Amino acid sequence: MLKKTAVHKSCIIEQHRIVVDGKLMWASEPHVPFSDFAKEAFHHLDIDYPKFHKMDALSKLAFLAAEYILQDEDKDALALVLANRSGSLDTDVKHQESIQDTENYYPRPATFVYTLANICTGEIAIRHGLQTENAFFVAEEFPEETIFAYADYLLQSNKAKRVLCGWVEYFQEDYRALLYIF
Amino acid sequence: MAFDPIYIHDINCVSPLGLDLASNWTQSLAGNCAIVQHDVGRLQNVYTAKITKQVADNLRTPLKDSALLERMLFTAAKPIVERHVPTSRTALILSTTKGNIALLEGGRTADAQLPVLAKKMAEVLGFQTQPIVVSQACVSGLLALSVAKRLIQIGQYDDAVVLAGDVVSEFVLSGFQAFQAMSPFPCKPFDKDRAGVSLGEAAACIYVSKEKGEFKILGEASINDANHISGPSRTGEGLVQSVLCAEQEANIDIKDIDFISAHGTATLYNDEMEAIAFHRLGLQDVPIHSLKGYYGHTLGASGLLETVIALQCMRAGVFIRTKGFETLGVSQPLNIIQRISCGKINRLLKTASGFGGSNAAMIIEKT
Repeated sequence: MLKKTAVHKSCIIEQHRIVVDGKLMWASEPHVPFSDFAKEAFHHLDIDYPKFHKMDALSKLAFLAAEYILQDEDKDALALVLANRSGSLDTDVKHQESIQDTENYYPRPATFVYTLANICTGEIAIRHGLQTENAFFVAEEFPEETIFAYADYLLQSNKAKRVLCGWVEYFQEDYRALLYIF
Repeated sequence: MAFDPIYIHDINCVSPLGLDLASNWTQSLAGNCAIVQHDVGRLQNVYTAKITKQVADNLRTPLKDSALLERMLFTAAKPIVERHVPTSRTALILSTTKGNIALLEGGRTADAQLPVLAKKMAEVLGFQTQPIVVSQACVSGLLALSVAKRLIQIGQYDDAVVLAGDVVSEFVLSGFQAFQAMSPFPCKPFDKDRAGVSLGEAAACIYVSKEKGEFKILGEASINDANHISGPSRTGEGLVQSVLCAEQEANIDIKDIDFISAHGTATLYNDEMEAIAFHRLGLQDVPIHSLKGYYGHTLGASGLLETVIALQCMRAGVFIRTKGFETLGVSQPLNIIQRISCGKINRLLKTASGFGGSNAAMIIEKT
């Protein structure tokens, strides 16, 4: 099975900090809401990608982590395997709020589309042109053994040349991204 | 590296048409459709394939307070785990898009998390390993079967029970309505008058292992369109690549495929995308059906449910027709099965596509 020692690169986003291979890439003021942190981290990247602002928080988190880790990386046959605990629950709650009250019933397609856990992998795939293998898992804690074994399968079967995998969890201001490239 | 093949040994399903494989098969042969008008929460007279209260009364109940989805999953999986008792090397792979999402109505947010459902199911079904949840929109069910195959091939497990389920909820219905994707009549896959999906609820279960069995998984793949988060690729690129990759692993000629079980949701864009993809692949003459006209779109269950029925078609040597289809309404010709007929089916191609640009394809051979 793939071991952590085989990791080519890593990226962690937590507590207002973005760290790539142990190096601090960006940090915002502490205690700012995630939306502000994400906006600032996005501006720091200095890229033109207006779609970012339409994404839900989970997709923004996944997008940022992918953006920082994939800088200067070869994206040919790069598979995408992500996992988290809450799925799309943060946006699920927002969609539920829009239909909970009969007097105030306003389900919106722009919200509903993000009520699927794997939309964030779709956003990364679109941004980086990854017409490759992708999968989304949900587990209480990062299922490292499963994800690494799955990544190992993709590499050994030649279904991918490299694999971007890891954890992207967001629920009501509580967030953590941990991505690896194998 | 070439891996040892993985085999399918046992299949089962639960739907409004029946609570086991035999009854679902009989109903499919008879051409019966589960899609009728139902009230779902405050949404009235919506065409959906929902389990009625009378049918639900016959579902097995693992725990006193089990939700409908849990009872459906349990009813689908219980006979399978009785025949193939899980060991410390058996995986449970659960596929669902929304799980018990209706719990949000009562504010039970923590209980709506998918790992809570998975743990419950693993416990009542007697699994010794931590359950694995796949949640990849409408390809979840078929992808979960690939995940089982892959994890066994890489040596993580010896065998696996793949279990898929989703229920019709106001949560999902309201969203599809907001998308204007709901059909005002029972859905009509690939038809010129198709006007969207009919949602349905179901559970399906498949047991796979590395021991030789009735069906052999020849190849599979799940490749993203990288095009749009809610619309399928206009060229069908991800689906084409998924089928090509599955074919390459299967090491067969594409002409050796006898039968296609398509996704066929009956939305304008999905069916058109599939027609383009199958045409690009040279599969336009292969008999093809969609089962959405019987069961509706059962989301995270659909890929596995439709595989179960397709495998039963292979066992019986019967092509089930595409319910709801009358006149071809896609730009490329397809050999849509319009009449139930008999014939030898050695190799099946099952496909699925979904939000997030996801696609999945699997080629299965009768051994």
